[in-house]
Amino acid sequence: MSRKHNIIVTVNGKTYERSVEARMTLADFLRDELALTGTHVGCEHGVCGACTIMMNGEAIRSCLTLAVQTDGSRLMTVEGIARPEELHPLQTAFQERHALQCGFCTPGFLMTAYVFLKETPAPTEAQVREAISGNICRCTGYLPIIQAILEAAPIMRSA
Amino acid sequence: MTETYIGAPIRRREDVRFLTGRAKFVDDVKVPQMLHAAILRSSHAHARIKSIKTTNALAIPGVVDVITFEDIAHLAKPIPIRAYALPGLERYLQYPLAREKVRYVGEPIAVAVAETRYVAEDALDAIDVTYEVLPAVVSVHEALRDEVLVHEENGTNLAARYSISIGDIEMAFRQADYTRREEFKVHRHTGNPLETRGLLASYDSGRGELTVWGPTKVPHINRAFLSSFLSLPEQKIHFIEPDVGGGFGVRGEFYPEDFLIPFAAIKLGLPVKWIEDRREHLMAANHSRDVWCEAEIAARRDGTLLGLRAKLYGDMGGYIRTHGGIVPASAAGLLPGPYRIPAFECAVHCIMTNKTGLGTLRAPGRYESCFIRERLLDMVAADLNIDPAELRLKNLIQPTEMPYVLGVTRRGESPTVFDSGDYPMALKRALEKIGYGELRQRQGRYEEGKYHGIGIGCYVKNTGRGPFECARVEVRSGNSIAVYIGLASLGQGHETTMAQICADTLGVPIEQITVFHGNTDFLPFGGGTNASRGTVMGGNAVYLAAQEVKCKVLTIAGSYLGMAPSDLELRDGQVHGKGAETEKPLLSLEDVVPLAAPTSRVNPLEPGLDATAYFKSDNLTYTYGTHVAHVAVDPETGKVEVLRYVAVEDVGRCVNPLLLHGQIVGGVAQGIGATLLEDLVYSENGQLLTTTFMDYLLPTSTVVPPIEAIILEEAPSTLNPLGVKGGGEETSLATGATLANAVANALASFGVNVTELPLSHNRVREWIRRQQDKD
Repeated sequence: MSRKHNIIVTVNGKTYERSVEARMTLADFLRDELALTGTHVGCEHGVCGACTIMMNGEAIRSCLTLAVQTDGSRLMTVEGIARPEELHPLQTAFQERHALQCGFCTPGFLMTAYVFLKETPAPTEAQVREAISGNICRCTGYLPIIQAILEAAPIMRSA
Repeated sequence: MTETYIGAPIRRREDVRFLTGRAKFVDDVKVPQMLHAAILRSSHAHARIKSIKTTNALAIPGVVDVITFEDIAHLAKPIPIRAYALPGLERYLQYPLAREKVRYVGEPIAVAVAETRYVAEDALDAIDVTYEVLPAVVSVHEALRDEVLVHEENGTNLAARYSISIGDIEMAFRQADYTRREEFKVHRHTGNPLETRGLLASYDSGRGELTVWGPTKVPHINRAFLSSFLSLPEQKIHFIEPDVGGGFGVRGEFYPEDFLIPFAAIKLGLPVKWIEDRREHLMAANHSRDVWCEAEIAARRDGTLLGLRAKLYGDMGGYIRTHGGIVPASAAGLLPGPYRIPAFECAVHCIMTNKTGLGTLRAPGRYESCFIRERLLDMVAADLNIDPAELRLKNLIQPTEMPYVLGVTRRGESPTVFDSGDYPMALKRALEKIGYGELRQRQGRYEEGKYHGIGIGCYVKNTGRGPFECARVEVRSGNSIAVYIGLASLGQGHETTMAQICADTLGVPIEQITVFHGNTDFLPFGGGTNASRGTVMGGNAVYLAAQEVKCKVLTIAGSYLGMAPSDLELRDGQVHGKGAETEKPLLSLEDVVPLAAPTSRVNPLEPGLDATAYFKSDNLTYTYGTHVAHVAVDPETGKVEVLRYVAVEDVGRCVNPLLLHGQIVGGVAQGIGATLLEDLVYSENGQLLTTTFMDYLLPTSTVVPPIEAIILEEAPSTLNPLGVKGGGEETSLATGATLANAVANALASFGVNVTELPLSHNRVREWIRRQQDKD
């Protein structure tokens, strides 16, 4: 059994102390160690974006990040975007616009959009299209996702 | 029936769990003491296995077992064909693990089981396989020479061959003023659902019962297969469908792992989970499309089509998979498309090579045949100096000719009969939407560094495949109605659409309905979800079951009230006197429930407010449409930019236009990606070169153009009570044809003749350069 490393990491406002192997990916750590299965793994080589989460305010690929790299960090996953029993404006907009079909890519898109809109609160359609170009969806053809993000943006600005 | 829900763009009721990270895909399901499997796959396309040494792997701490063919030999048999079992294919089936020989890169050789997936993969590295490498055959042309045999015991790589023939093809070609012959090639690609395959199997040795999470698409059929493999009665096998991350035809067939993982769970007495990674998926899950075709068309000088004949070859890979010869057979089956072509002949060949097995992908065979036929039509139009839209209007089957009997186009099936449709209208609507009248002036024009082209693709697609589907509707309390369907759900939205149908038919608010799907324990029989059958087969089964339950409700209510059931109706969950619109309800559904209980004294019928119904159909419905695309091609880079894409389709009657619109946008985007970017590429010695998303390019948001979708309901189906036709596959079917025609038109001045896909930029650039070198 290889050596384990202690990490302390805050996820969705809750702090966890765990002991992990160096090679454990952050995606696997979230899903298996912390039972936060909302973050999905689609390719495990950083292309599809399904594993996107927020780390210290930035969108990152959790499949290409090692758990040990998050020691001392603040993370947010899809489970943390909304207040309990409520939907975040992005989530409402996605449902309104039918911006999900199988739902597997959805957490990755929500996290990408969440971080993007914090940085660019009033984006153009072209900016949104560019911002999500690192997330793959096989079902929707992207257009409803773009529309949902554009719809949620003003609501998030006024909140 | 009051229609509040059918036809309305109801937002999906299942969405909240997906949006909040609370969906449960198979890898989200965890059971105590779960072990993890990893599959050792062949790194050679064609080789004999001389030895497999597992001692080093077994010595790794945390490794529990390594399973090879020896361990499964007493149970192992070839994975059967569930559809399109063309005579001869049965000789080329795949065992769940390689026996003595491997025939494609990715073929399973062994299963390592360990405490974590990480350790299981460590075990794979430590398994020592000695191969005797054999020459590999990687093209249909090469395979036809039968020099390198994929299955030498059969003496040939031609696994199956048959012909279909309609009308007098010889006469058609004799009488023709004009004929044209071409060779076409459609590239190998696959669906890549974003979730890879996965299974979790758990065996209760005390009761001898097996539970498997993960099966989808055709769970009842797969349960029957597994029961046969394990000699375990079906009632002791429980398939649970979790949330599923897409399928597109690829996920859900019975693969080797569908035997191996349950086998491991039984052998080890502990639950075993296996989740495929993307690299495995690209080499082990079904590939599709790979079709080569020699086609010839005959016409009169005025453009009237007389005949079409073709030889189609499907590159089947190293083994025939569960849906047999479906790809080439389906390509042949609708090669004439929505046109009046009096004579049609097609020879279909299934050829074995050392590649991954070929299976279904969204509209299998029909993306290919649409490309072949629509390209031919554009060539005819160009040669005879007729506008391509005019040529199509001239030859499209007219609504007055419906139902149109084409004839037998699939071996062993009943004749192909188009049930209803206004094909010319779909074409006209598409042309109108894109502004073809004006736009066609830009055909082939060079503007700001790019060549412009407009392409058209007309299609017809069989949907609603029977022979049956099952549904059960149960009223448990006034606000709890369950609909159990034999369909599976891979993202289609059945939890909403089936609830819509039940709500309208039964007469209850949709909020009170929950739809359950996929598990084999819900219903004794199920046909599954594939071939765009869900709305037709599942929808009508729900309709029939809901009708029966409503009838029961009114009969029992009538018995209680001393009224005839025909004087009562159920609306919004309340029993009213018929025609008594403004009066108070006589009973609520909540009141009727106890009246139906086993202890009730006023129930003239069997206890319970539930009914199981089967919708049976031997007919197919035919969805149809037209796509038109405007592209701009950069002659320096070969890049094809899609400026506008119009997709018109007629589903007869649309249950949820929001969802169908989603299918159209999604399907067109998928088809654009497949046509311009995707390609499964093999090296000369059978190595799959495209095993990551860096090599196999999927469309992202920057590739998808504005897609204008028009849903028509001009021609409801005459073949089922709801009048619906299927939808889902047809949305990507015409993308290859439409874009190829657009590119051919754009590059007409170069003399580029597009007869191959994909239209990737390096290939397009090569075609331009080749023409330029000639000049």
